[in-house]
Amino acid sequence: MRKSFKLDEIDCANCAAKLENKINQLPGVTSASVNFMLQKLTLEADDASFDDVLDSVVKLVSDIEPDCEILR
Amino acid sequence: MNKKQKKLLKRILMALAIFFAILLIDETGLLVSAFGSTGAVYASFALYLIPYLIAGHDVLRKAWHNIRRGDAFDESFLMTVATLGAFAMVLFPSADPHMAEGAAVMLFYQVGELFQSYAVGKSRKSIAALMDIAPDYAHIERDGELVDVDPAEVPVNDIIVVKPGERVPIDGIVIEGASQLDTSALTGESVPRSVEEGSEVISGCVNMTGVLHVRTTKPFGQSTVSRILELVENASEKKARTENFITRFARVYTPAVTISAAMLAIIPPLAGLGAWDEWILRGLTFLVVSCPCALVISVPLSFFGGIGGASRLGILIKGSNYLEALSKVDTVVFDKTGTLTNGTFEVVAVHPEAGVDADRLLFLAAHAESLSNHPIARSVVNAYDNEVDQQLVANAQEQSGHGVIATIEGRKVLVGNDKLMAEHGIEHPSCKLTGTMLHVACDGAYLGHIVISDTIKEDAAQAIRDLHASGVKRCIMLTGDRADVANDVAQRLGIDEVHAQLLPQDKVSKVEELLANAQGNLAFVGDGINDAPVLTRADVGIAMGAMGSDAAIEAADIVLMDDKPSNIARAIRVSRKTMRIVWQNIVFAIGVKLLILVLAAVGIAGMWLAVFGDVGVAIIAILNAMRAMRMA
Repeated sequence: MRKSFKLDEIDCANCAAKLENKINQLPGVTSASVNFMLQKLTLEADDASFDDVLDSVVKLVSDIEPDCEILR
Repeated sequence: MNKKQKKLLKRILMALAIFFAILLIDETGLLVSAFGSTGAVYASFALYLIPYLIAGHDVLRKAWHNIRRGDAFDESFLMTVATLGAFAMVLFPSADPHMAEGAAVMLFYQVGELFQSYAVGKSRKSIAALMDIAPDYAHIERDGELVDVDPAEVPVNDIIVVKPGERVPIDGIVIEGASQLDTSALTGESVPRSVEEGSEVISGCVNMTGVLHVRTTKPFGQSTVSRILELVENASEKKARTENFITRFARVYTPAVTISAAMLAIIPPLAGLGAWDEWILRGLTFLVVSCPCALVISVPLSFFGGIGGASRLGILIKGSNYLEALSKVDTVVFDKTGTLTNGTFEVVAVHPEAGVDADRLLFLAAHAESLSNHPIARSVVNAYDNEVDQQLVANAQEQSGHGVIATIEGRKVLVGNDKLMAEHGIEHPSCKLTGTMLHVACDGAYLGHIVISDTIKEDAAQAIRDLHASGVKRCIMLTGDRADVANDVAQRLGIDEVHAQLLPQDKVSKVEELLANAQGNLAFVGDGINDAPVLTRADVGIAMGAMGSDAAIEAADIVLMDDKPSNIARAIRVSRKTMRIVWQNIVFAIGVKLLILVLAAVGIAGMWLAVFGDVGVAIIAILNAMRAMRMA
């Protein structure tokens, strides 16, 4: 399953690139891309575990970029 | 400015005011007279910390957060080390004090961040405006009343109402009403398109004059406007080589600069080349320029801008990599029918024999052909200005591969090719024009001939000229058509090379042969419907006339929404301009940073210049990248 989310308050391009890198390393993530200009995260993961993966992504984001929030 | 930016601005202004007040006190010697020369150093240390903390407390906090996570190569962390380091120079009381510098650098950095955030916000707004072609609602009729609903909830085969001034939300067919549609957001074409009952309408167009009732033929998600937006938004996921290079560069750059900063601070003083404070300060200056933000932000932004700007011209580019490939195209291969020509037959000349009226010739031909559905017959009927009166025609017989024999107004009329004339022993001249010949004879006497051919698109010749002017070396045409027809078209358009009488599989092998010999990239331009294998083989596959055609959007790398071949040269210009901007940014950002690093290492550039090297360069690069969006 592939879904897009709005990333609020993502301020720096390098941070976005780092975030993209880290999310891609999470277990269960097939592919992830962060579009800095559109403030958009596109996440692809297995249908069955999608919600769990999303939870871990949300946790990771709040860990790396406390200001940045995923609007689901 | 948003709330966060306003808050930052307030903080910066406050910190600036305090900073200058302290600077004034410091410079006028008040501190020295109050605390003595040693005491003054510590006093100013404490005082400068105030504006420093006001301006930079969030940077410090973020840095702390990152250290705990073990991420040392973060911009805020490096900035914190650099500025706190400047303050720590107080430990070398003999050296010049650098507290003012530490506070000023933090201030300047925050001013830069504010500018950068503002510039990013602006760019995001213009991108949002570019993407604002999908309406948020659709009007549907329920129990005689208009209700606004989310377009995604409208089923196929429902009726939507589009008022003047609104965008069509979903693809469909007009069942009531007539209007003019502005398609410029999709095609870049400014001439409005007329629609009436039965016409197909495409989402994203603006309804200009009348109210339209439209029966939807697709769900919102598969309508043209959604597909275009999805395509443009996802285009940045297919990264160009230049982009990947930057990503790799950024990954190495920051650690490399940080390590050299450490070495610069430690090794020379250990080797006895100067005082510790001097070299530590140079090392700290290094840290300030160590963030690759300018590159990381501006290169993808340039690509994004280029792709977005192109989409406004009706040129959809499916990825940054294709934009990059397009900029290096030096060979353009065209399919003929439907690409350079309209793919429809038209009467191009009527040549009556001496003493015969041209209208009479057309009258006979049109009536003889009036019962046939062959495209050539239709073109003759279309060329005849008046209504065909079928009462006048009797015993029309179609002779396959030859023509038609009919009795019109009691006379025996033959309309057909050379074979038909030869069969009936009628002498006929040959014509210098190429195309399909229709000879007309009446009661055994030759009356003249009509020439029918596929018509060349209005802007096709201009398109080839533009391509040559933009540096494309070879324009090649491939066609399944006869050699004489192909050569004639090629000559009129200024095509460099023609390969005629090709079967579809021959086109693939021909393109492969050309690919093997090409220096630059090869682009293939087709209508996207029967060219799919060739489109995928070429370096860049361009499909034309894709308004509403899903097949073309699937098969090609670049999609031209309207039928105009002249947009190919435009697309190449857009790609070249974008690549120019990309390289300007790369060279500028890396160049300035390296220059500052060198100047800092030899002690010429101070922290002030280094901050410019960080945020200043980023802002300039962003502004430059935004130019990619504004295409001529």
